[in-house]
Amino acid sequence: MVVFLWGVAVFLLAVASICLYRAYMGPTALDRVLAVNVIGTKTMVLLVMLAFVFGRPLYIDVALVYALLNFVTTVVATRCFETGVLEGDWQ
Amino acid sequence: MSVWDSIRYAVAAVLMSIGAFFFLVGTLGLLRFPDFYSRTHGATKCDTVGAGSILGGLALLRGFEPDVLKIVAIASLVLLTSPTAGHALARAAYRTGLRPWTRRIEGGGQT
Repeated sequence: MVVFLWGVAVFLLAVASICLYRAYMGPTALDRVLAVNVIGTKTMVLLVMLAFVFGRPLYIDVALVYALLNFVTTVVATRCFETGVLEGDWQ
Repeated sequence: MSVWDSIRYAVAAVLMSIGAFFFLVGTLGLLRFPDFYSRTHGATKCDTVGAGSILGGLALLRGFEPDVLKIVAIASLVLLTSPTAGHALARAAYRTGLRPWTRRIEGGGQT
């Protein structure tokens, strides 16, 4: 089972690095934000998987924080693109 | 390993491979689609399903432990936040003037 987990983890790593192409080439800046969001989700799942492989359940909490951080980053970036203003009330 | 454990491991392995497949498809969509909007819908949808099923497989792998609650919390969080992020991205793009890509119709070709 551990070998299967390692296989899926390496596969996720490869897929996340493929996403870097879109982060680099993305014509619009929002493409890059989308690529960061996609890579963040994959890294979070990879982290939970490593929690199983290394037998340390602490990584699951790190993955939870990372998932929240990833979401907040995307929303703040889109808000900054949309209105150019970060403080003030939400439209 | 009892019979139940082997069944549990098998189902967890199938769920994880399904999730990995969806991640691959989402990434291909992210790279191949012509337009930002189609990329957004492809990537965020496949991310949600992929993360949900891999985390479901991992929760199944773990069995009845207190950790499973955290994994289920992460899975439900992803199911909530990933579409919202996709919506926020698409709305920001539309409001800053990015129009969807449409193929020109030469002589009434299909769009």
